[in-house]
Amino acid sequence: MAKQKKLRKDPTNVPGSIVILIGSFIMIFPFVWMILSAFKTPGDVYAYPPKWLPSQWNLDNFKAVFDLIPFWTYYGNSIFTSVVQTFLQISISILAAYALTKLRFPGRNFMYKFLQSSMFVPTVVTIIPTFLIISKMGLVNTYAGIILPQIMSAFTTMLIMSFFVSVPNELLEAARIDGCGYMGCLFKIMLPSSVSGITTAALFSFLGHWKSYQWPLIVTNSTKLRTLPIGLKYLVQESSSEYQVMMAAAVLTVVPVLIVYSIYEKQLVKSITLTGIK
Amino acid sequence: MPNEKTPTAEKPSFMAAVKEKYFNIYNSKFRVRGEKYHLGETAVAYTLLTPTIITLILLFVLPLIILLVLSVNDFRVNKGVLDFNGIENFLYLMRAEKFWKAMRNTVIFAVVKLSLDVCLALCVALLLDSKVWCRRVMRTIYFSPVVVPVVACSLIWLWFYDPELGPFNQILGWFGIEPLKWLYSSDTAMGSIIAFSVWHGLGYNVVLLLSGLQSVSGEYLEAAKLDGASEMQIVWHIKLPMLMPIISFVISMGIINAFKAFSEVNVMTPDGGPGYSTAMVVNYIHELAFTNGRFGRGAACSIILFCVIYALTALKDKIGGSKEIDG
Repeated sequence: MAKQKKLRKDPTNVPGSIVILIGSFIMIFPFVWMILSAFKTPGDVYAYPPKWLPSQWNLDNFKAVFDLIPFWTYYGNSIFTSVVQTFLQISISILAAYALTKLRFPGRNFMYKFLQSSMFVPTVVTIIPTFLIISKMGLVNTYAGIILPQIMSAFTTMLIMSFFVSVPNELLEAARIDGCGYMGCLFKIMLPSSVSGITTAALFSFLGHWKSYQWPLIVTNSTKLRTLPIGLKYLVQESSSEYQVMMAAAVLTVVPVLIVYSIYEKQLVKSITLTGIK
Repeated sequence: MPNEKTPTAEKPSFMAAVKEKYFNIYNSKFRVRGEKYHLGETAVAYTLLTPTIITLILLFVLPLIILLVLSVNDFRVNKGVLDFNGIENFLYLMRAEKFWKAMRNTVIFAVVKLSLDVCLALCVALLLDSKVWCRRVMRTIYFSPVVVPVVACSLIWLWFYDPELGPFNQILGWFGIEPLKWLYSSDTAMGSIIAFSVWHGLGYNVVLLLSGLQSVSGEYLEAAKLDGASEMQIVWHIKLPMLMPIISFVISMGIINAFKAFSEVNVMTPDGGPGYSTAMVVNYIHELAFTNGRFGRGAACSIILFCVIYALTALKDKIGGSKEIDG
């Protein structure tokens, strides 16, 4: 607080502002280019020197995207798998975090170490055996195959544990004396008092699943099951490098994300600093 | 709850007493290594942990065991039988030119990307911490690429890098610089991937460093100002030292993440770029296993990757980057 007051008294850092402004143009330029180009005609794209503004604004490229690929299916797949993954991941993590922080039972330390040790093995390392397991279970090319390997995250559990630890034990003891069961304590005390923390964890987890690329690429080969990132990757081949069509697809992918991001920016940035540092 | 003492019952019946003593399993206690535990609580805890235990076994323990087995076997997808061949897979990797190229690429990627990333992110964070125009908007803009999936951004940059149709060569032309071949030449391909990757990930580090800067206590800064310290001196002697834990965290996480990099290379240069100059270790593993169908070799390479990442993580913990921040 004190610091913010002090900053207000400071004179504006004009040279710094200019540098930051130029930098922000560079950061945002690819998105501007993307939006402008989504409306370009093939003529604009193949002109030399390249044209920066479309000669006429039309929606042909968007139509071409829907002709080339089942875009809404990809979108639906991405939303469906990300939501289910996030939901399962958060549910599993909440249950485990509650047991590990607030219940006394033999083997608690061992369980904690077990969970923690899984963080040392990144998923890229175990992707080959995971693929073999999933294919033995007959889940290749199914939604379950996409979803299942990503429902466990020790990181999310640890994050939720860090929120649960701060709930005072006295509160739980009082509730227990009043006849509240263990599960009642979880739903009536733990969850309500860490809603914002869990939302942050869910947001972070959703973002990770939404971006996930390598696993869906490996586990699916039918067009119907492709998620958005995979669909975009194949669009590069299928559109035979027609940039304006690729840009229209990119706009359809990116703009909703950017809109959601600008709404939840504050919470998201908070989640990054929290998860990055924790 | 049956076990609760009800004040209304003046004297519990004999049967109730027996039930309470011998059959109330839910509330009974037991000892493990001298510690008293509640049976009911333990049962609830393990029930809650069941999904975690199952997924951990299925997605962590089992894959690790299979990985170890695969790495000493010749396992091909089309044959589908395990064929023990000792350390043959590892020897193959040691002799494979592509493996060393991928390793070298990854190290170059990690070192160059991180140095650029840390310097730029530090500058931006320091500027955003001072009084500049529309700080909130600026932070939002710098962070925005982070939330957009790598694949979508790669599409845009593929065009940027196009030697004939791309705007980058046009811009170079304005300054009278010869057009570059970007992703299509082994000299510039890695640089292009790094530039993209710095752009995409910069905001993440900016936000981390900025949160560090904003937690620097105002009192130190006031005191330094009263003592007549210049802006540069404040940055150098107060802000940077206080940021060191976060900077070392950014560096160590960045190196580990660089060893996990896959998507940008897979989208922008699907077959590893000209002269295999952009393929990372993960791309090489992907190629071994899922393009060539040699799971044994892929597993061996995964184990090497794991050892590298593990060593880096251990080194990070030893230097103490994460510990200081935790405190």
